[in-house]
Amino acid sequence: MIDIIAVHKKFGKLEALHDVNLRCMRGQSIALIGPNGCGKTTLIKSMLHMVLPDKGSIHFNGRDIKGDYQYRSAIGYMPQIGRYPENMNVGQVLDTIKGLRQTASSLDEDLYQSYKIQSILDKRMATLSGGTRQKVSATLAFMFNPDVLILDEPTAGLDPLSAEILKEKIIAEKAKNKLILITSHLLSELDDIVSEVIFMQEGIVRFHKDTGLLKSETGQETIGKAISTILRQQQS
Amino acid sequence: MNRIVKFVLIDIVRNKIVIAYAVLLGLLTWTVFSMEDSGNKGVLTMLNVVLLVVPLVTVLFATIYIYNSAEFIELLLSQPVQRKQVWISLFIGLSLSFVGAFLIAAGLPLLLYADVIPALYLIVTGCLVSVIFISIAFLAAILSRDKAKGIGVSILIWLYFALLFDGLVLFILFQFAEYPIEKPMVLLSATSPLDLARILNLLQIDASAMMGYTGAIFKDYFGTGLGLVISFSVLVLWAFLPFYFSLRIFKRKDL
Repeated sequence: MIDIIAVHKKFGKLEALHDVNLRCMRGQSIALIGPNGCGKTTLIKSMLHMVLPDKGSIHFNGRDIKGDYQYRSAIGYMPQIGRYPENMNVGQVLDTIKGLRQTASSLDEDLYQSYKIQSILDKRMATLSGGTRQKVSATLAFMFNPDVLILDEPTAGLDPLSAEILKEKIIAEKAKNKLILITSHLLSELDDIVSEVIFMQEGIVRFHKDTGLLKSETGQETIGKAISTILRQQQS
Repeated sequence: MNRIVKFVLIDIVRNKIVIAYAVLLGLLTWTVFSMEDSGNKGVLTMLNVVLLVVPLVTVLFATIYIYNSAEFIELLLSQPVQRKQVWISLFIGLSLSFVGAFLIAAGLPLLLYADVIPALYLIVTGCLVSVIFISIAFLAAILSRDKAKGIGVSILIWLYFALLFDGLVLFILFQFAEYPIEKPMVLLSATSPLDLARILNLLQIDASAMMGYTGAIFKDYFGTGLGLVISFSVLVLWAFLPFYFSLRIFKRKDL
């Protein structure tokens, strides 16, 4: 579904992505993990064509995303820090995006209901707390029933109850044979969600493995423990 | 595209600065024409407004507006929207609101009180100058990520075209007064949109005497039909080239 072929990206001297090759298929739910500044967000933004790779190409359903923009209608993106026009209110943001998407199919309003977005429609984006912004981002990402969900630190800033709602929603979407890409530092919450792990360090993809394989290779029961075992092996 | 333009327009109107600009410009125009006894004098005063105030307000507001739209741009680009479309819509939205404000506030009184031909010239140049400085604002804003730097560049560009350029022209005129520099001077004036706009309008109200002995030469070049077509084409180029360059940069920009 998404093929990333030999992608390089430099920001000045910093090499954010170095020869990244990945293949993400429908039905997979993938955790993208790695230390801060390892290139996760850059990778995600390259998939959305918000960051343009220096070398290499990214294909969506077999088509190069360069010069294409329609492919983004199949993607729901939840950014790490949702940045919205400060003087718009929540309702206007939702309406703008709805107008741009113009989907024929019915909207998925699960999160809209469970986060009670209705009650904050007339609040200005500037006055929203970080967590409420995240709720708006999440609602927008899931609203159009996209085939691909790209979630950058989705639960950061959410209260435990809201985080749980989001997690359940992700699991429900996973059952619909969608591709889900998720980055998180809370490895414990990934256990019941993901089926594969991509581990990145300093712009390089260290491995891309099935979670079952990862656990059996390291002899651990959770993703968190498996990753720390690998990190310890690296250091010794 | 239309949807984004519509959104930008609503946002600018709600911002109220452009409305305040229109009201002030309108007040200024009415007072000018109620104080001056002849219409042409009023046009001359209004010409100075068009050459100083209009560029300053448009370039500053547009630059700041583009920087403040960063979030909006980011939001749109994660959606199925072409990059080109977002940038062009912003340009159209800003241009429409400033041209609209100028037409209502200065255009109406000009048509009512001044002679038709000079008034039309001034209205067309006023609209062009607005778009030119919005276009320059796009280039200044895309060249630097730092807001303060971008706004600073915009102010410097305004200073250069509105004040420094004249000094430069005078300096060259005096230094090379012994040589036949009339033709190069005509060319030189095309490198400043405001200078070009000024010459075009002064010729219309027979104030070319104010431009000294070069006025006669300018009249030869700019007074003819061909000269007019060329000079207005140069102004139109000024309105689109800076924006075109900014669009090329924006297409490759990382967000």
